[in-house]
Amino acid sequence: MKRTRIIKQYLLIFAGITLLGTANLLAESKVNTCLDCHVENDIMPGDFLEEDVHQHSEISCAGCHGGDPEAEDMDESMSADAGYIGIPSRQEMPAFCGKCHSKIEYMRVFQPRIPTDQVDQYYTSTHGKKLLSGDKKVAMCSSCHTSHGILPAKDTRSSVHPFNIPQTCNQCHGDADLMASTSHGTSQYEDYAGSVHGKALIERSDTGSPACNDCHGNHGAAPPGAESISHICGSCHLNNMEFFKTSVMGQLSESADYHSCEQCHGNHSISEPSDELLNVNESSLCLECHSDGDEGYVAAEAMYTQIRQTDSLYQAAIIRLKDIQIKGMNDVDIQYVLKDAKQNLIQLRTMVHTFDPVQVKEKAAEGKELSAEAISLAGLEISEFNQRRMGFGISTLAFVLLAFAVFLKIRQIDSNKKSD
Amino acid sequence: MKPTLKQSMFRWLDDRLDIQPLVDMMDHKKVPIHSHTVWYYMGGVTLFLFMVQVFTGILLLMYYRPGEESAFESMQFILTEVKFGWLFRNVHAWSANLMVLFAFIHMFSVVFTRAFTTPRELTWVSGFILLLLAMFFGFSGYLLPWNELAFFATKVGTDIVGAVPLVGEQLKVIIRGGEDVTGATLSRFFGLHVAILPAITFLILSFHLLLVQRQGISEPRHFKALAEEKKRYMSFFPDFVLRDALLWLIINIIVLSLAVFYPWELGLKADALASAPMGIKPEWYFMFMFQTLKVIPPHVWFIEGETFGILLFGGAALLWMAVPFARFRGKQIVDSKWITILGIFTITYMVVLTITGYL
Repeated sequence: MKRTRIIKQYLLIFAGITLLGTANLLAESKVNTCLDCHVENDIMPGDFLEEDVHQHSEISCAGCHGGDPEAEDMDESMSADAGYIGIPSRQEMPAFCGKCHSKIEYMRVFQPRIPTDQVDQYYTSTHGKKLLSGDKKVAMCSSCHTSHGILPAKDTRSSVHPFNIPQTCNQCHGDADLMASTSHGTSQYEDYAGSVHGKALIERSDTGSPACNDCHGNHGAAPPGAESISHICGSCHLNNMEFFKTSVMGQLSESADYHSCEQCHGNHSISEPSDELLNVNESSLCLECHSDGDEGYVAAEAMYTQIRQTDSLYQAAIIRLKDIQIKGMNDVDIQYVLKDAKQNLIQLRTMVHTFDPVQVKEKAAEGKELSAEAISLAGLEISEFNQRRMGFGISTLAFVLLAFAVFLKIRQIDSNKKSD
Repeated sequence: MKPTLKQSMFRWLDDRLDIQPLVDMMDHKKVPIHSHTVWYYMGGVTLFLFMVQVFTGILLLMYYRPGEESAFESMQFILTEVKFGWLFRNVHAWSANLMVLFAFIHMFSVVFTRAFTTPRELTWVSGFILLLLAMFFGFSGYLLPWNELAFFATKVGTDIVGAVPLVGEQLKVIIRGGEDVTGATLSRFFGLHVAILPAITFLILSFHLLLVQRQGISEPRHFKALAEEKKRYMSFFPDFVLRDALLWLIINIIVLSLAVFYPWELGLKADALASAPMGIKPEWYFMFMFQTLKVIPPHVWFIEGETFGILLFGGAALLWMAVPFARFRGKQIVDSKWITILGIFTITYMVVLTITGYL
C-alpha cells in the first residue's frame, strides 16, 4: 500500500516537471509570423540585416511597427486592434523611433548611460526644423541610420561610424537635386576629403580626426554660427582657442564680422597649416587683410622669422642626432632634449594665435636654447667618437709595434740558431 | 763571479718555490715543426680569448646589476656613462664569439690531426666539455642585457629544453626559475654565468692544461713516421711562446677593431607582454641545431620531432666525445679515414645549416 502511494507521488512529480518544461519551451520559442511571411513571399526590406541592433536585442518587427507577431492570419496580425502602425511617414519618424529612444526607463535596460534626447535635439536641428515646417526631403532618423540594418555606431560597418559619416552625409548633401533649394552647394564632401581632417580620417583611418558630426553635431546638426566657430575648433585645438580668445584678433572677432578660425583656415577644405601661411609673401594669409608696413604685417614677419629660426636650429640638431646615431654613439640625452625642443616648436606654432610677437619670441628663445643644447651634446659625442678613434689608433699602433718587436725577436732567435 | 740581478732573483724564487724543475721541463719541451704546426696555436688563442673574457667580465661586473628593472638600465649606463664601458662590453661580446669559434677550430684540428689518440683521450674529453661550457657561457650571457631579442631567444631556447625526454619540463622550470622566462631566470643565468660556469671551467681548464703539459705536444702520424734526423722541432720556450704571443697580439688587434667598428647593439628592453619581434635567432653557434629542429618533421616514428632532435644531438655529442675510445678489431678507429670523412661531414653540415639560418 505504502509502496503504491510512493510510486503515485513520484509519477505526479514527474508529470508536473514534464508539464512545466513543455510550457517553458513553448514560451521560449518566440513566434514571429511577420518575418515568416515576409521571407516566404520575398518581400523583406531592402536594407534588412540580421545583425541589426534591434534584432540583436530581440526586438521583433512588431516592436516598432506594432501588430501581433503570433497571429497566423495576416489581417489579424496587421490589424489596428492588434496595434499595427505600419510604415510611418517621414514626419512621423522621429516620434516613431522616439517612443523607445526617448524613454530612459526603457533604454537604460540596454545601456545604463544611453542618451535619450535625440528627438529633442533633432527638432533643434536644421533638419528637424525643416521637417516640422513640412519639408519632406530633409533627413530624419532612417536617412542616416537606415531602417532595418541599424548597427551600433562603434561598428565600422555602421552608416554612422566615423569612417562612414562623411559618405552618409554626402548621400544628401552631395545630391544637387536635393540641395537645389538650399544655398549650401554640394562640394562639402570633396572639400573635406582633400582637407587635413579628411585625409587623416579617410586615408589614414585616424578616428582622432573630426568627421562632419564632430563640428556640426549629429542629431542637432546645424551650421555653426560665427560666434561658435572658435569653440567648435577649440574642442580639439584647445590651446589655439585659448590663445585666440585673449588675443587682439579674438576680441576683434567678437565685435566685427569675422569668422574667427574659419576666417584664415576655411571650413571644409582646411589645409595642413604651414609656416608659410604666416610669411609676408604670396602664400601669406595675413596679407589678405594686412598690407606692407602696418602693425599686422610687422607682427607676422616677426613671428615668421622667429619660427623659422627655431625650426632651422631644430632641424640642424636633428641632422647632428642622425650623425651621432650613424656613428653608434650615445643619443639618449640628445633625444630627451630634442623631444622637449619638438614640443616647444609645436607650442610655438600654436602661440601664433596670440598674434603677439613678444610672446612668440620668448617661446622661440626657449626652443632655440634646447636645440643649441642638443647640438652641444652632439658635439661632445662627436668629440668622444674622435677620441675613441684616436685612442684606437694609438693603441693599435702600440700593439702593432709590440707584435713587430716580437716578430723581430723570433727572427733574431732563428738566425742565431742558424749561425750556431 | 758575482751573480747578475736576474740570477739573484731566480735564486731567491727557487729557494722558496723550487721552480728549477719547472724551468727544466720548459727547456726540454719541444714543439714539432711540420705542415700542420699552425693548428698548435688554436688552443692558445682560445685560452687567450678566455682570459680576455675573464678580465672584461670582471670589469663589467663592477657596474652590471642583475634584475628585471635594473639589468637593461645598468647596461645602458655601462655603454653610455662608464668610461670605456662601451669598449669592454663590446670586447667581451666579440671575444666570447671568437672564443667559441676558435674552440671549434681547435677541436676540428685535433680531429683531423688525430691528436686525440692514446694517451690523449682525457685531454679530448675535457676539451669537448670546455667547448660545451663555452656554449653554455654564451647562452647564459646572451640573456643578461635583458633586451627584447635575448628575452625571446631565451624563451625559445629554454622551450627546447622542455622537449628533453622524461625530465624536460622539470628541467625547463629549474632553468627558468618558474614556468616562464622572468627576472628569476635572469638571476639564475647571472649566477650561472659569473659563478657556477667559471668555477667548473676553471677546474676542467686546469685539468686540460695540466694534461697538455704532462703529455707534451702531439705529433701527427706523418711526422712520427719520419726518420729522427729529419724531424724538426722548436723549443717551447721561447720559440713557441713568442709565436703564440705574436698571434695573441694580432687577435687582440682584431678584437679591438671589431669592438670599435662593429659595436653590439643593446636593442630594446625586454617586455614580457610585447609580442615577439621579427628575426629571433639564437647565437650563431646554436644555429645549426636550431635549424635542424626546424626541419625535423613534427613526429619521427613515435617520437615528437623536437624530442627526436634533442636525442639526436645528445647522442651525437656523446659519440663524438667517445671517438678516441672506440676500438675496431682491437685498434683505435681514429686511424680510419672515416674519421676524416666524419669531420668534413660535420663541418659541412654545421656551416650549411648555419648559413641557411641567416638567409
